[in-house]
Amino acid sequence: MPMSVKTFAQVDEAARALAASRSARYLGGGTLIMRAVNYGDQSFDTIIRTTDPRLKQIAQQGEMLVIGAGITMSEIIANRETAFLAPVARTVGGQAIRNMATVGGNLFAASPYGDFTAALLALDARIVPAGGQPISLEEFLNARERNAGLVIVSVQIPRLRDVNAFRYVKVSRVKPKGIAVMSIAAVLPMQAGRLANARIAHGALGPRPLRALAVERALEGRSLDEAGIAQALAVATEGIDPPSDPIASDWYRRQIAPVHLKRLLLGQRR
Amino acid sequence: MIEFRKEYFADERDDNLNEIGKPTQRQDMLGHVTGRSPYFDDHLFDGLLHLKCLRSPHHHARIRSVDTSEAERMPGVKKVIRARDVPLNLNTLLSLMDFGLDDEPMLADKKVCYVGEPVVAVVAETERACFDAIAKIRVDYEVLPHVLDVEEAIKPGAPSVNPTYPTNTFLYHEKYDHQKLRFGDVEAALRQADHVVEGRYQMSPIEQAPTETCGAIAAPETNNRFVVYTSTQALFFSLGTAAKMLKVSSNRLHFIGGTVGGGFGGKVDSIHEPMAILGCMLTGKPVRYAWDREEEMQVGAPRGAERWYITDGVMNDGRIIARKFTGYFDSGAYTRLSSYAIIKGTGHLPGPYTIPNVSSDVYCVFTNRTPATAMRGFGITGVDFSIEAHMDKVASKIGMNPIELRILNSYRDGDMKAHRRLAKNTALIECCQVVAEKAKWKIGNEYKAMSSLKGGGGERALIPAHTAIDQKGMVRGSGSSSFGYQPQPYVPSTPTFPSTPAFPSVPAYTPAASSSPAPGASERRPAENAPTPSSTYTPTPSQPATPVEQRPAVNRFSSISGLRRR
Amino acid sequence: MAKKPIQFQLNGSGQAIFAEEGSNLLDVLRRGVGDLSPKYGCGQGTCGTCTVLVNGEPRLSCLTLAETVEGQSVETTAGLAHGPQLHALQHAFMDNFAAQCGYCTPGMLMAAKALLDRNPSPSREEVVEAISGNICRCTGYEPIINAVLAAAQSGGRRYG
Repeated sequence: MPMSVKTFAQVDEAARALAASRSARYLGGGTLIMRAVNYGDQSFDTIIRTTDPRLKQIAQQGEMLVIGAGITMSEIIANRETAFLAPVARTVGGQAIRNMATVGGNLFAASPYGDFTAALLALDARIVPAGGQPISLEEFLNARERNAGLVIVSVQIPRLRDVNAFRYVKVSRVKPKGIAVMSIAAVLPMQAGRLANARIAHGALGPRPLRALAVERALEGRSLDEAGIAQALAVATEGIDPPSDPIASDWYRRQIAPVHLKRLLLGQRR
Repeated sequence: MIEFRKEYFADERDDNLNEIGKPTQRQDMLGHVTGRSPYFDDHLFDGLLHLKCLRSPHHHARIRSVDTSEAERMPGVKKVIRARDVPLNLNTLLSLMDFGLDDEPMLADKKVCYVGEPVVAVVAETERACFDAIAKIRVDYEVLPHVLDVEEAIKPGAPSVNPTYPTNTFLYHEKYDHQKLRFGDVEAALRQADHVVEGRYQMSPIEQAPTETCGAIAAPETNNRFVVYTSTQALFFSLGTAAKMLKVSSNRLHFIGGTVGGGFGGKVDSIHEPMAILGCMLTGKPVRYAWDREEEMQVGAPRGAERWYITDGVMNDGRIIARKFTGYFDSGAYTRLSSYAIIKGTGHLPGPYTIPNVSSDVYCVFTNRTPATAMRGFGITGVDFSIEAHMDKVASKIGMNPIELRILNSYRDGDMKAHRRLAKNTALIECCQVVAEKAKWKIGNEYKAMSSLKGGGGERALIPAHTAIDQKGMVRGSGSSSFGYQPQPYVPSTPTFPSTPAFPSVPAYTPAASSSPAPGASERRPAENAPTPSSTYTPTPSQPATPVEQRPAVNRFSSISGLRRR
Repeated sequence: MAKKPIQFQLNGSGQAIFAEEGSNLLDVLRRGVGDLSPKYGCGQGTCGTCTVLVNGEPRLSCLTLAETVEGQSVETTAGLAHGPQLHALQHAFMDNFAAQCGYCTPGMLMAAKALLDRNPSPSREEVVEAISGNICRCTGYEPIINAVLAAAQSGGRRYG
């Protein structure tokens, strides 16, 4: 079937059109959809998009930083309020890809893509779908295949008390932009020198970005030094299900996961 | 930056260099920076059609049936091309030089032998229409056992990959299932050696991955020719291959190449032009056939994988007195250039070293992998990697400085090489000395003093009095009437036109009888438009009758079968 | 097959094109408008040979839905020179032998131009980051990096 493109001024209309069609996909930045079109993907013949300005906002709303789903990686880097996420956005593709790839699109990117989403997971983000209530990112990711028909309006990130508590590393063969061997995002709040409610998320170590729950539990109340993180490193691979792909084998990903976790937690750079 | 070491071989050349070391601008540089260098795809045509292929998802499968009826009815589809539409659907690239047997179809007919092998070609108004039509083609495959490893493929009982070579090896010189090299007596020397060092070396296939993918556009010209823009590195190979497979006179093919967006050996297989021209013949329109990136990486031929076993016989003082090779080239499902790569590689053995006893058996093996082709240093790079890795292993085994080991065993001017040519203009010793200097790697003074010009020749210029030969690997019943050899009387082809002429046919040009032929004409095949094709060429009366050679045996490759004199 | 009208500025000139719905910008530029300077390398966003500038920002034209440039300003390599006078980057690429097969060159030039237009004195690291989305299989990148730095030193925007 030849392709058709439908553009809607309102995101809710776009969402309804997407839900009503069996052969439509929603276009964010185009980096995934247009790739599929170029290769003759037969699973869809309709592209749905919106020009709704709500998807391009960045604003502080109470305790939440709200980022529109249409915000690109370049806009994340350029905007003062999202500056703490710049190190993450900078690892997504080269500058042309960053001008196109969107926060919303990254949510649906299949492993080993989706580095930005891993960071959002560590940040305890919520996503706001068109015509629906905010849901936790975790809930969205757990049912991602079922949620494929959702159109995301924005992402909400709880304000970080200490922006320096957020850390991120992406491990790739080509630096900084290559496809991830793995990535780790961590929020490491400290109370009186001890970790409290740390959140750790992995990218490319499973079918979708995953919380490293065993590591989080093992870090609770610990100090952020070699002795304090030893137990966490011992459980670093618990719950991961890494893919084997042309970038790296599952065996390799398992081997290096604790190495990079240690470097991230101790602030060691290579 | 280039550093000139003019002290070496100073009296062998004049050092007034006018080009080397001086920057000379490329003639196409202005085109490159203005985006105007004309790659094959940088030509616009009215009514351009696109050609895409349905490809095998299996390593190895019999094709039971192909149903293209629905695809043919899809909007925008102009022609669906099947194996039966290809005028000559079996070829090997080097048949243009009478080397090898035709073994590869343009479109798979009875079976597929590698993942990605094309089965059906669809020509349509847009790429999208091609994809949509391909999705509607139904192919009934019977999956067959496959083999992906060279040594597995030559074991008895392995799946037979290539119907032309049922035992999965290319047939060399109509005799052996591998290419042999024999110089001296390796087995005897190994028995005398102080040390025997064995090694196994393996290279994976390497994809050339040029930034520009392979492709061609073929369009009708109004003078009964087809113009073809192509990415090929081998314009005349492509032209000859197209003429052969399409049974069309080469003077009806107007090939334009020139600017290639990276080749590195990956654009020598002449895959796209015959298909694009066929699409053009069958539709009467310009047809573009180009690989997308996934096809370039999966279907496009890589440098073939190689596996080498090397056994050296070494004396305590570091002299290597014997070197034995067993090599396996993974040709993939079809021959293409691997057969020739082995000839080239064999001529290179045992590397730039003078070793008095050398033997080599190299197999061109067919597996159900993507057919392999050339890439930088074609035929040599793989075995050189193995040789040099092995030299390090030898050095380690006998406790010798690896660079001194190389200098000691290096060939020198006047030495006899294993393929019975005298070495000249050798320079390995000097290269090793400079490398040692640059790497600050200590070598002894006696090694610093050695030279490629000293110590060679004399006894070292002799072919060994005794060379051990064997008949291992002879194909049973081999001889002029055996497997693979099919003598054919020469029949010049008649001009052919497409079954549905795309344009009014132009009468064939007939030279006047009194015109005198060009010098040497009696050695050429008669012109395609000769009025009465007959089985032997009759020269025009003004020339003394010179019978043309009977078409040579299909496997002869004259420069290595010993008929050419040096 | 439906066609949609698209109007946009290309290298300073107005273009009006009817394009197949769902076409990407690369196909529209090459076959629709006839600007052959951007090239196809992968169709999947990994090589950068199709890089063009949209409103001064690098984009991958093979992944850009053509109709999204309606009303926008697009720049390609074909528009770099002013008449017979080359852009400083083009001079620098030539002087520094920053091309062999030339296929990645248009994409590299656009990525470099976007950098110099917003940052006339980039560091070497900034040059590397600017071209990190463009693959070259021939030169090993050093001549290209040197060329961009040389163009920056010569003033970037100067022509002739």
